[in-house]
Amino acid sequence: MSAIGALGRRLYRGEVNVDFVGRYKLWATLSGVLLLISILGLVIQGLNLGIEFRGGSVFSFDKPAASSIADVRDTVEAVGGHQVIVQEAGTRWRVTTQSLPEQGVTKVADAISAKYGVPDNQISKQIIGATWGGEVLNKAIIGLIVFMIAIILYLTLAFEWKMALAAVVALIHDLVITAGIYAWSGFEVTPATMLGFLTILGYSLYDAVVVFDMIKEVTAKLGTTAKMTYTEAANNALNHTLIRSLNTSLVAILPVAAILFIGTTLFGAGTLKDLSLALFVGMIVGTYSSLCVATPLLANLKEREPKYLAIAKRVHANRVAASKDAASPGKAKGKEPAAASTSTSGSANGSVATGKRKKR
Amino acid sequence: MLLALLVLILAMGGVMALQKAFVPKFGLDLAGGTTVTLSPVTEAGAAPSQESLDLAVNILRDRVNGTGISDAEVAKSGDNIVISVPGAGQKEVVGRLGTTAELRFRQVLAVAPAVIAPSPLPTAPATPAPSGTGTPKPGASGQPSSTAKPAATAKPATSATPAGRALSSALTAPTPAPSTSASGSGKADKSAKATPAPSASAPSGQPTAQPSDDPMAGVDLTGVDPAVAEQFKKIDCTKKDRGQGVQDNPDKQLAACSKDGDARYILEKAAVKGTEVSGATSGVDSTTGEWIVQVTFKSKGASEFAKTTGQITSAPQPRNQLAMVLDGLVISAPVIEEPIPGGQARISGSFTQKSATDLANQLKYGALPLKFKQSSIEEVSGTLGADQLRGGLLAGAIGLVLVVFYCLLYYRGLGLVAVASLVVATILTYSTVVILGHNANFRLSLPHIIGLIVSIGITADSFIVYFERMRDEMKEGRRSLRVAVEVAWARARRTILIADAVMFIAAVVLYFLAVGGVAGFAFAMGLTTLIDIAVVFLFTKPFVALLAKLPFFAKGHKLSGLDAERMSREAPAARTTVPQEG
Repeated sequence: MSAIGALGRRLYRGEVNVDFVGRYKLWATLSGVLLLISILGLVIQGLNLGIEFRGGSVFSFDKPAASSIADVRDTVEAVGGHQVIVQEAGTRWRVTTQSLPEQGVTKVADAISAKYGVPDNQISKQIIGATWGGEVLNKAIIGLIVFMIAIILYLTLAFEWKMALAAVVALIHDLVITAGIYAWSGFEVTPATMLGFLTILGYSLYDAVVVFDMIKEVTAKLGTTAKMTYTEAANNALNHTLIRSLNTSLVAILPVAAILFIGTTLFGAGTLKDLSLALFVGMIVGTYSSLCVATPLLANLKEREPKYLAIAKRVHANRVAASKDAASPGKAKGKEPAAASTSTSGSANGSVATGKRKKR
Repeated sequence: MLLALLVLILAMGGVMALQKAFVPKFGLDLAGGTTVTLSPVTEAGAAPSQESLDLAVNILRDRVNGTGISDAEVAKSGDNIVISVPGAGQKEVVGRLGTTAELRFRQVLAVAPAVIAPSPLPTAPATPAPSGTGTPKPGASGQPSSTAKPAATAKPATSATPAGRALSSALTAPTPAPSTSASGSGKADKSAKATPAPSASAPSGQPTAQPSDDPMAGVDLTGVDPAVAEQFKKIDCTKKDRGQGVQDNPDKQLAACSKDGDARYILEKAAVKGTEVSGATSGVDSTTGEWIVQVTFKSKGASEFAKTTGQITSAPQPRNQLAMVLDGLVISAPVIEEPIPGGQARISGSFTQKSATDLANQLKYGALPLKFKQSSIEEVSGTLGADQLRGGLLAGAIGLVLVVFYCLLYYRGLGLVAVASLVVATILTYSTVVILGHNANFRLSLPHIIGLIVSIGITADSFIVYFERMRDEMKEGRRSLRVAVEVAWARARRTILIADAVMFIAAVVLYFLAVGGVAGFAFAMGLTTLIDIAVVFLFTKPFVALLAKLPFFAKGHKLSGLDAERMSREAPAARTTVPQEG
């Protein structure tokens, strides 16, 4: 049985125990580097905003008999028009490109008249403003800020403020990294991309909330006599929902991956690619962040509470004593909490530990 | 539960069948639409200020896309404004957008018919032509005698129009002159305090016939600016262009025509301006059954309105009428019977449902700071080729098939439940989108479609949460499947609701605060969240409970997804071999 196969089997049965929370330093470094790169990208490269945000140039001319949308698009793109949109407007073609300088406009007009024999004075050239400019963008940003506040309030009520904070940090983490990828790749940011960001926003929070709900349930059982620390309990909960997280992510990412694949291979540029890239990256980062950013951050915040400090101290003392007794060196961090756990998964492990051991 | 869902699906299917609407409506990017270019008309051709253009863009955006789900776009283009509305054949809709919608309330100083009849008809006040429009108690209002008062507060209201001519115009015109009533809010007494002034009624105490071609005859010009009086004489209200769209100066008197061109007015300076309107709704008058627009004022406007109505109510005919002037035309001029406090006014005047709704929207979203003319109007094709839509749908379908395979592979028998739930979610989503498309003008753009496909994927998470809970319960070994189904549901339900609430808050906040495409997308997001909850509660859970009774699942058949191997974990000791990298 290959290692991957074995892993698959364990995943299938839901028996994994990865120390996510304990490795927060690794995650912090990884996320820190990713965030730094992203922010650098946003600052140095900036986002390649589409004509919906920046406005553009519009050409319109009578439709010659032998011309098609693809045809016109190729003609305009060949002379340097970017983000070319060709529309039929009655008996005319309407071509929208990124804002062009004066020479650019002349070049496009020349190309059109050369190709289709339309006299230059019959090509109307206009400048179009942003449909997603000022007001629309401002209101969307205001909406986002209000949403963040509403979410913090809601999660504080449903859980507690530390969870709310951790979830929102993870959310911002996801959005910044996704935006960073757009900055570095130079992919055009269109309204479709923005809507993709919104989907990520919902997805990232949704994922974090499901994980936190389980953490809340598991850690609620930690009394003063608890045999594991908050960090370990949180980790336990995380492993408990790991299957769910992975399954959910897979199920959500599969359609997006299909769209991204078809969007890039079959169509090159366009809405499909813009949107699905944002979703694809955002969902992967979202899954990662709910496991490796939100939860470790939460555990770190919680461990500072006197109650959990006390538990951690006592658990540690017990462990030292136990390891001396058993004279078993080495790190047992991963299995001990599970073996001694009072949590759901722990007791499950204890109660059905028969016979299965031989399977592997 | 399952029955409730079935009823829901059948009901939606029924609505679709009734409306013969089986295909959703698409947005600008996919279906194309109508594009209109509005050019500002300024005095002396001066360039309009950027601020007023920006303001106009915002107002137009609200007007064209007030609900935020119709995927319309508004952009500045130099000094022009370009509006794109999805769907062909929207010329009429787009055409109406550019109206300024400047509403002013002005006291009537003088009234005259638009057409001077060559030979006056005999006095005929006895046939008041009870048109019903605006008269709360038809038949009573036309009587000049005080014996037939429609309501305690109503006096026979009469316009100063010479009776014979007014009557003839009322008889010839299929729709009588717009008659209007204004009523105070909060009064249970629905019979209007201000009786409309149907032009067909005879003025009491005035000569019943005025055989004169002079519109000024019998008109009291005290306090009227001579220049305006001169205009009043000359104005031709029978012309098609009778002054609509002219920006009137609120601080000056005005000579204006009625909307239908039947009468001309001299009007006092504006008493209340449209900027004081805080809200407007359209509805049907419960007494007369005609469409009306109800206007609510801001506090300053409300007190102005109360003051004005208080002042003019005691004035002689026709100066006790308050005209509502919209874009230079008098849309109605009801007699004010008593002061109207409360800051609400009713506008009536041969509205249709469409025109009443339009007017309410125009008033609600404010008057345009500039006057516009349509410089071009054209139908445009979609910005995206049909290939993009096909590609998106194809990719989405492939993705969903992969999801189905994965669910079946991983959850085996339970996977069937997941797949069935996804199918139900898809059906619900599709029919909701179709119904909303045809009834609320919800337009699907490509991002929406991708978003919906993705959200159907996210819907699957609810099942996964539930299934994992079930397996946890069974792993603990204490529970039979039938108990586990219920216990796990109680726990999973909480998780699902909390997580969906987050999505829903996101959707609601963005829908109400954002504009344009963001609002539309947020709407779709909220929709799918609700559908998710509906599917899990009404379908997945009852279906699983049903299946739990089958031996195939209850006994843990190998293919049921609940087999013994699956339900157990390895002993803790075996865990040490688990690679930490996971």
